Amino acid sequence: MQYIDEYRNKKLVLAVAGEIRKVSTKEITLMEVCGGHTMAIHRFGLQAVLPPNIHLLSGPGCPVCVSSQHFIDTAIAYCDIPDAIITTYGDLIRVPGSISSLEKEKAGGHDIRIVYSVLEAVEIAKNHPTKPVFFLGIGFETTAPATAAAIVQAKKERIGNFFVLSAHKVMPPALMALIEDGVGIDGFIAPGHVSAITGSAIYDDVVTSGRLGVVISGFEPVDILQSVLMLVNQYEYGNPKVEIQYRRIVHPQGNKIAQDLLSQVFELKDDRWRGLGVIPDSGLKIRKDFCEFDAENRFPVSVPEQADPAGCICGSILRGLKTPNDCGLFGTTCTPSDPVGACMVSAEGTCATFYKYRS
Amino acid sequence: MCLAIPAKVVSIEGSSALVKIEDVEYQASLLLLEDVSPGDFILLHAGFAIEKIDPEEAAETMRLLREIASHGPQ
Repeated sequence: MQYIDEYRNKKLVLAVAGEIRKVSTKEITLMEVCGGHTMAIHRFGLQAVLPPNIHLLSGPGCPVCVSSQHFIDTAIAYCDIPDAIITTYGDLIRVPGSISSLEKEKAGGHDIRIVYSVLEAVEIAKNHPTKPVFFLGIGFETTAPATAAAIVQAKKERIGNFFVLSAHKVMPPALMALIEDGVGIDGFIAPGHVSAITGSAIYDDVVTSGRLGVVISGFEPVDILQSVLMLVNQYEYGNPKVEIQYRRIVHPQGNKIAQDLLSQVFELKDDRWRGLGVIPDSGLKIRKDFCEFDAENRFPVSVPEQADPAGCICGSILRGLKTPNDCGLFGTTCTPSDPVGACMVSAEGTCATFYKYRS
Repeated sequence: MCLAIPAKVVSIEGSSALVKIEDVEYQASLLLLEDVSPGDFILLHAGFAIEKIDPEEAAETMRLLREIASHGPQ
């Protein structure tokens, strides 16, 4: 497949790995922020071609994993609204809330539907004008513009029964929170598809205040290794900066249409991240101009805050402090078929990835 | 979740494109991307085209990688 196969070429993988071995002299720990990177690193066994002084660590870049239990509990509370149809991206359906999951609610007879695109949710609302249709909006800057476009579309078409519960989040405040928390890393492999939307300037603070290098990376093995090479070069020469490896997709200025839609529909709010707590200005809330589509505004429900499940260390894993192998539940009580924590649910969660590839 | 896949644009109708990944066809909303033409490769994410793939930048990256491969250690 064009733009995929050539970036999985074994000869190039080994050549870039060889170049890394040639230039790398110091111990270095790099955090891949995006769950897609975590998945690719383990799927293609990339750690095995890197020298032992290079350590890769997973960060808080899986939206399903960082969504708070409170969000899941709120979504479950919406199931009890008469005639409600809940629409969601697939990964979310199995995340345990404090007493149930959307999957269990669906088995119990509630109308919960997995959609591939938010526009399907809008179609469902059009086809069922008497029923409230909820869309569970999760995802970072990559995914949030689609939700914004759907809300604008729904307003244009005067669809009165489409409601979004937004847990959309933005990435930079989480990176800064990790740095302020003292995470022991020397650079970020930054998320390529978030950056396709935002552009590269969102990482300037990481370099200036955090003194850490940032390379915006594609998702194929050669992409990731080339990004590691660029970060190693920065580190060896003491020259942290923002660089783009994924130049075939990411422009420094990002996608202006998507950015405009985001700021038209959403404003920043303080938001709760699993493992990281409440981070100022890290979540996206629907603006007053579009409040008729805001589920929290139209259907306020009171859901108590609950502690994360006992023994689960998802929080420490998401902050790069621990790995799944440090968890007493991993692979025994907590498995992909019966997950305790969110990191075991999503295919790109660190625990699910470690479990699948036995890392 | 941020997974996005290269897809080739076959045709365009209004704000939607018919795209192909290998031989499988998908609809891609063009609400987030303009100036798309049949034959372009776009990145498909959750039903939306979020960016075009720049063939010149892709070729430049490949040239750099092949250079590393031609005189790096094997």
